[in-house]
Amino acid sequence: MTDQKPTTDYTSDEMMTVAAARALRDGAVCFVGIGLPSTAANLARRTHAENLVLIYESGTIGAKPDRLPLSIGDGVLADTAVSVVGVPEIFNYWLQPGRIDVGFLGAAQLDRFGNINTTVIGGDYRNPGVRLPGAGGAPEIAASCREVVVVVRQTERAFVERVDFVTSFGFGRGPGEREKLGLTGAGPQLVITDLGVLRPDPRTRELVLTQLHPGVEVATVRERTGWDLKLADDLGRTEPPTDRELAVLRSLKH
Amino acid sequence: MATIAPLAEAVAHVVRDGDTVAFEGFTHLIPFAAGHEVIRQGRRDLTLVRMTPDVLYDQLIGAGCARKLVFSWGGNPGVGSLHRFRDAVQHGWPRPLELEEHSHAGMANRYVAAASGLPFAVLRGYTGTDLPDQTANIASVTCPFTGEVLTAVAALSLDAAVVHAQRADRHGNVQLWGITGVQKEAVLAATRSLVTVEEIVDELEPRPGAVVLPSWVVDYVAEAPGGAHPSYAHDYSVRDNDFYVAWDEISRDRDKFAQWLESVA
Repeated sequence: MTDQKPTTDYTSDEMMTVAAARALRDGAVCFVGIGLPSTAANLARRTHAENLVLIYESGTIGAKPDRLPLSIGDGVLADTAVSVVGVPEIFNYWLQPGRIDVGFLGAAQLDRFGNINTTVIGGDYRNPGVRLPGAGGAPEIAASCREVVVVVRQTERAFVERVDFVTSFGFGRGPGEREKLGLTGAGPQLVITDLGVLRPDPRTRELVLTQLHPGVEVATVRERTGWDLKLADDLGRTEPPTDRELAVLRSLKH
Repeated sequence: MATIAPLAEAVAHVVRDGDTVAFEGFTHLIPFAAGHEVIRQGRRDLTLVRMTPDVLYDQLIGAGCARKLVFSWGGNPGVGSLHRFRDAVQHGWPRPLELEEHSHAGMANRYVAAASGLPFAVLRGYTGTDLPDQTANIASVTCPFTGEVLTAVAALSLDAAVVHAQRADRHGNVQLWGITGVQKEAVLAATRSLVTVEEIVDELEPRPGAVVLPSWVVDYVAEAPGGAHPSYAHDYSVRDNDFYVAWDEISRDRDKFAQWLESVA
């Protein structure tokens, strides 16, 4: 966090990206997907987390891109990486044994127990309403990273009681399921949206609202959540983006 | 020993109707020129295999070359959906497309198993997800040493593999570097293989981190400068991100796609 004064001239997507960046501690090893997670991770690296280690599933370890890549395999990632390894190696040697601190995932649907769907919506699997891109690296990222951060815009369509398809496992239907399956990572510990922040209740594993972004009302979050959303006892407010965070974020996009 | 041949001849030898064929390249070094030659030659009933079916597979699917897709992530990276892929899955246009779906870790390990001459690979994967219910090539296996239950994936044996690389020498030894994905595994998993290259040189000068495929594991080498466009060849070209963005509009509309297809023929 910087000492510069906050500004009010920012979008809800910028607030979401800044909140996601702040969730990454300096020195953490982070498995980064393309899009918002990559933007947030690069913002963190240029603000408070200079020593954040970025790993992209294309096999680039310790990439330090000077501009945002459009894909997970842009040349700038290989040029700036400490090491470039093949795809079997990135999953088998680096992700699977639990060497990664934070996995950053998006979602088309996310349910009250943090399960993620990026496969199909509506209909059935063989005859879907909407066919989505599929799993990519997400199932194993969700299973094996020490913790998972999900970044997703909050809409009633995305925040559902139960996902249509479990592409990546969160907490299943509640407590004890990850342990029973032998999953080593802690699962989704943080969900950052354009409206606020949700965390799993330590007892029930259900996602509860723990933080509201500036100017957002609880009623709005509830309207855009497809389950009866519970609030944390100590519901907090996110600090608005600082001028520096916004300036760095905007410079990354150009 | 690889045969060095013109692209059309090499494709005709390596990719045949009904083949299970992988065109690999993880964002980098995607063999677009060879894929377009497959479209021109009118190949049909292909089982297309690729971890990240992106624009090239959208084109092959839209052109009606594919019967089935084996994959782990089907999208236009950094842009959005593949609309020809979606149209085939949701509306059977231009023909129905059967899917076999995995995660990246699963696909990568399936290639490794086939390259290693093993019937399956073991990983910690897919746990708790709905994918094993839909995909026959995912099963569980018990470790004979510890009793731990793990995931097994079947080897992904290919009739043909097609990849793009920076260079080959005149003997057909191939060198690629930068993001090297699963190209080596795909070539070693295949009965027949084709490598298109940016250039053929007298001698391969060593490069840090390069993968070298000896001539005797490659069947055909074809020179295809710029053959990875709109993806890229590290140290030769940069990714044409504008093309990927522009593809979204072409791909959304069957007529616009048909016009694009004419430009390839």
